[in-house]
Amino acid sequence: MTNRWSGLLLASPLALILALFLIVPIGTIVVVSFFDYDSVRMFPAFVWTNYEELFLSPITWKTYFQTLQFAAITWAICLIVGFTVAYFLAFHIASPLMQTVLFLVCTIPFWTSNVIRMISWIPFLGRNGLLNQALLGVGAIDEPLEFLLFSNFAVILAYVHLYSLFMVVPIFNSMVRIDRALIEAARDAGATEWQVLRNVVIPLARPGIMIGSILVVAVVMGDFVTVRLMSGGQSASVGLMMVNAMSLLQYPAAAANAVVLLIVVLLMIAAMLRIVDIRKEL
Amino acid sequence: MGGNRSRAFWPLAAFFGLFVLFLYGPTITIVVLSFQGPEGGLTFPMRGVSTHWFSNLFETQMVGDFGGSFTRSMILGAIVTVVTVVVSFMAGLAFRRRFPGAAALFYLAVASLIVPSVLISLGIGLMFRLIGEDAAWWSSGLGAHLTWTLPFGLLIMFAVFNRFSPAYEEAARDLGATPWQTIRHVVVPILLPSLIGVGLFGFTLSYDEFARSLYTAGTFNTLPLEIYGMTTNVTTPVLYALGTVTTGVSFLVIGAAIGGVVLLRRRRGG
Repeated sequence: MTNRWSGLLLASPLALILALFLIVPIGTIVVVSFFDYDSVRMFPAFVWTNYEELFLSPITWKTYFQTLQFAAITWAICLIVGFTVAYFLAFHIASPLMQTVLFLVCTIPFWTSNVIRMISWIPFLGRNGLLNQALLGVGAIDEPLEFLLFSNFAVILAYVHLYSLFMVVPIFNSMVRIDRALIEAARDAGATEWQVLRNVVIPLARPGIMIGSILVVAVVMGDFVTVRLMSGGQSASVGLMMVNAMSLLQYPAAAANAVVLLIVVLLMIAAMLRIVDIRKEL
Repeated sequence: MGGNRSRAFWPLAAFFGLFVLFLYGPTITIVVLSFQGPEGGLTFPMRGVSTHWFSNLFETQMVGDFGGSFTRSMILGAIVTVVTVVVSFMAGLAFRRRFPGAAALFYLAVASLIVPSVLISLGIGLMFRLIGEDAAWWSSGLGAHLTWTLPFGLLIMFAVFNRFSPAYEEAARDLGATPWQTIRHVVVPILLPSLIGVGLFGFTLSYDEFARSLYTAGTFNTLPLEIYGMTTNVTTPVLYALGTVTTGVSFLVIGAAIGGVVLLRRRRGG
């Protein structure tokens, strides 16, 4: 019986930190979202005006739609790229040492600064950037393409650059656990490589695909840095809307938006989890 | 195996190569451009080669408080590393057996990964405002970073303990070791490479964290906030010099951690 209590004791620092810096702050957001405010400060109150203003503004709907669109496109590209990379690493690299080295090569950029990695697209995509120079050089275009940097294209490119790894790692993790005998069996039974992929690998890699999808969608839904830097102020996201409200000291408005965003993200994740489970039942 | 590579190998290898180029290409570009001559701009061509922009970086008046924010980020990263390793290791030990509230705590940790960073930043900022405390990088900032590093640490510890055989601990116990001695002399040495990995995660995630620092760092910026500030008002290659320096620091830390793990493995093998 001492085991029960020693477990509790060992887990208590984690529980304490998460309670203090996750549960209480989210509770604070919910409380503040009902506060009233003027141009300088906020007052404790219980009003629905923050939510009313949020839902009655057409900008809110447009911004949520834009953010969902970013999330959907980024998810699709990250899924294709991440799956292909993970598949190559898991099934086409025979030596475990080589596998580890190539896996590390993919993960190392994740450990460097996101802001710097965004900035690093400037010399490549800019008006006088490498890509435009190259395209002008081969005569593919007559004048520099303007949409490369500071556009939705740049935002999505940066998302894929920053977050495709969230897809690679869990999918790779699921794939290396697949029993090779199953694949041998499928081949022996006459399955083509494509059939093995479709009927053996993808179903067994589904947990990894789901974890990756949840991470990518969650991180894009809450982003504001990438949108601000890469769109040059021409696009919006829900996160950016909140940050802008905060800079105008409209804390309760930002908090109401945060509550709505949190609910939207959680609903999306619940829906994604449901899709997997239902398929598992079938 | 080389002989019977499938037809899919080369197209997949080419795709992988392009992916790696996509990951590293832009960073390599700014490293090259950070050595731009004093007359050079943000894009190619290079107008000479110099370390002008690096020396520019260390003159505080030019680009804000690079030295101070760098020091703060390093200290914060070190604190986060220690707390993350210790707390995740303890929680990892706890989760090997059932304890009251285990499931709830697990979901809470997962939620901590999924809730958008900007919400946690906002929440902690508002919380400090309401209780009348000033936010500071070593208090609210530390807490915000831990909500990001601890779930990663916990998940890594799960993976580690799944492969860890309890036979070692049973042997130690049979030889009369106390629980503390078993952990100190058996479990920790065996798991040391993984603990280094958790520490690496903790440090780099904290050192580069922007969104969770935004409303929690208080008066004094951490490095990512300083860099972000510069992106809006600096239009010279000094920005790239900063990028080169911070990426260099990240690579040093990663290299040291990987080197440490390899060294440990080799010493054990011999």
